[in-house]
Amino acid sequence: MPAVFVYAELTPEGPLPVALELLTKARSLGDTVAAVALGPGASAAAETLGAYGAATVFASDDPVFAETVGHAAALALAGLVEEHRPALVLFSTSHDARDVAGRLQSLTGSTLMSNATDLPATDRAEMPVFGGAVTVEVALGGPDPKIVLVRPTSFAAQPSGGSATVVPVPVPHGSAWPRRVERHEEAAAGPRLEEARVVVAGGRGLQEAANFALLEELATLLKGAVGASRAVVDAGWVPYSHQIGQTGRTVKPDVYIAVGISGATQHVVGMKGARRIVAINKDPDAPIFRLADLGVVGDALTVVPQLIAEIRARRG
Amino acid sequence: MNVVVLVKYVPDPQGTPELDDAFLVVREGTEGALDPGDEYAVEAGLRLTEDHGGEVTLVTMGPEAAGAALRKGLSMGAHAGVHVVDPALRGADALATARVLAAAVRRRPFDLVLAGVESTDGSTGTVPITVAQLLELPSATFARALSVVDGVLRVERTTDLGFDVVEAPLPALATITGSAPEPRYPTLKGIMQAKQKPVERLALTDLGLSAADVAPMQRVLGLTRAQERAAGEVVPAGEDTARRIVDLLAEAKVL
Repeated sequence: MPAVFVYAELTPEGPLPVALELLTKARSLGDTVAAVALGPGASAAAETLGAYGAATVFASDDPVFAETVGHAAALALAGLVEEHRPALVLFSTSHDARDVAGRLQSLTGSTLMSNATDLPATDRAEMPVFGGAVTVEVALGGPDPKIVLVRPTSFAAQPSGGSATVVPVPVPHGSAWPRRVERHEEAAAGPRLEEARVVVAGGRGLQEAANFALLEELATLLKGAVGASRAVVDAGWVPYSHQIGQTGRTVKPDVYIAVGISGATQHVVGMKGARRIVAINKDPDAPIFRLADLGVVGDALTVVPQLIAEIRARRG
Repeated sequence: MNVVVLVKYVPDPQGTPELDDAFLVVREGTEGALDPGDEYAVEAGLRLTEDHGGEVTLVTMGPEAAGAALRKGLSMGAHAGVHVVDPALRGADALATARVLAAAVRRRPFDLVLAGVESTDGSTGTVPITVAQLLELPSATFARALSVVDGVLRVERTTDLGFDVVEAPLPALATITGSAPEPRYPTLKGIMQAKQKPVERLALTDLGLSAADVAPMQRVLGLTRAQERAAGEVVPAGEDTARRIVDLLAEAKVL
């Protein structure tokens, strides 16, 4: 069986959960699984990456990898690929991963598939299209490595009980790289969207940004997280971190409450895996009602306060 | 400052795309448009040239009908268009597309290449960055705001938790999100003027590329229709509504 690489993205708390999902899948596809971790925290992440199936972690803690927004990382990864010839390199669909994968593709001349949700083999991948109404299975030809970007939560992470050998990665040479000169982050409150059992998501039907406070109140009551459609993120009502859908996060909560969201395919891709869906929308023809277990045709600004009151009353 | 904007002609984003026997999206004879996501990149290019001088050139690859995407951008105010059209490009994958776009961009001097973050129909989301590497350019992606000061591109790059400020020396490539300033509507004058603006048509050989350089490496093996979610109940809002929703929450054990 062939070698599979996983590009493991890092946070100050360790590898992103999707890296562990990809390692779990990689174990079923290759006999040699390696993770590539570049940037501050890489060496520290090696233990976790090993525990989820990476036999080797190619690691560098050099800050240049974080500062150059994927540029140096792509060059370093191309060097590793040339040396070790994996059949497949797996990425998530995050902004950072897309930057690295896209650059890698031009250096390897190999094929790339985005938004995959499964891989039957190292040269075959499945991807939902048309808002998930259809899944296509695609044969990936051309030279190795195949480059596949997988939507988060496509696989459940399971530890292998293994441990990894850490192999240092040299820093590539280059100039004219982009530089990350400032970071602006908001502190997130409540559970992460991907982990929340209840997601309350809002769209244009809320009429204005200030009305998102209603959703926050509802989400807090239910210990849930607040999501949003792309339209209201683009309009600047809430930050991108709340966006659910094709270009945002994928969530699979026990209950998804869509408030004033029409249900464009763009959005549906990110939430149709929810166990139960409640939709509140003024437009009786909104496509979201075709997915909803319970659809309420009405004004969100009336229904949501009633719902908040009813939850409080029921709990006494 | 000369800006090149990569644009794509996509099937009507509101409609349901059709696939042909080879599982390719049918692009001929259907209503299509400039990808709405690309309009933000055109807008960003126009603003930069309004501030710094220079021209906006649109580059597209696609069938004859893709000329409509160029005309839309030209009517917004872009100065010229380049249309790569060649039968060998039917079914072109991400790498082939990037090679064609890079070769078309390389033909004249430029300071900045702009693109949307991903197409509405394909949603691959990596083609611009592949173009950047083919042209050996630094890139600043997922921009919600951008400016150029003293030959340096400065971008607010959307991140999971907020935004980063990323700087890159020109020439560079940036991708523009829908959070960037809203695209302008073409004026009647703009629409009339667009008809007079130069559009260069190029075939693969004009770009020094062969059919082998753009041969698709992916083949659709089959389609599976997702199991439709059983539609539930849709009710008008009333006195009972809140209780019904709370019942559902209780049943799901999230109350």
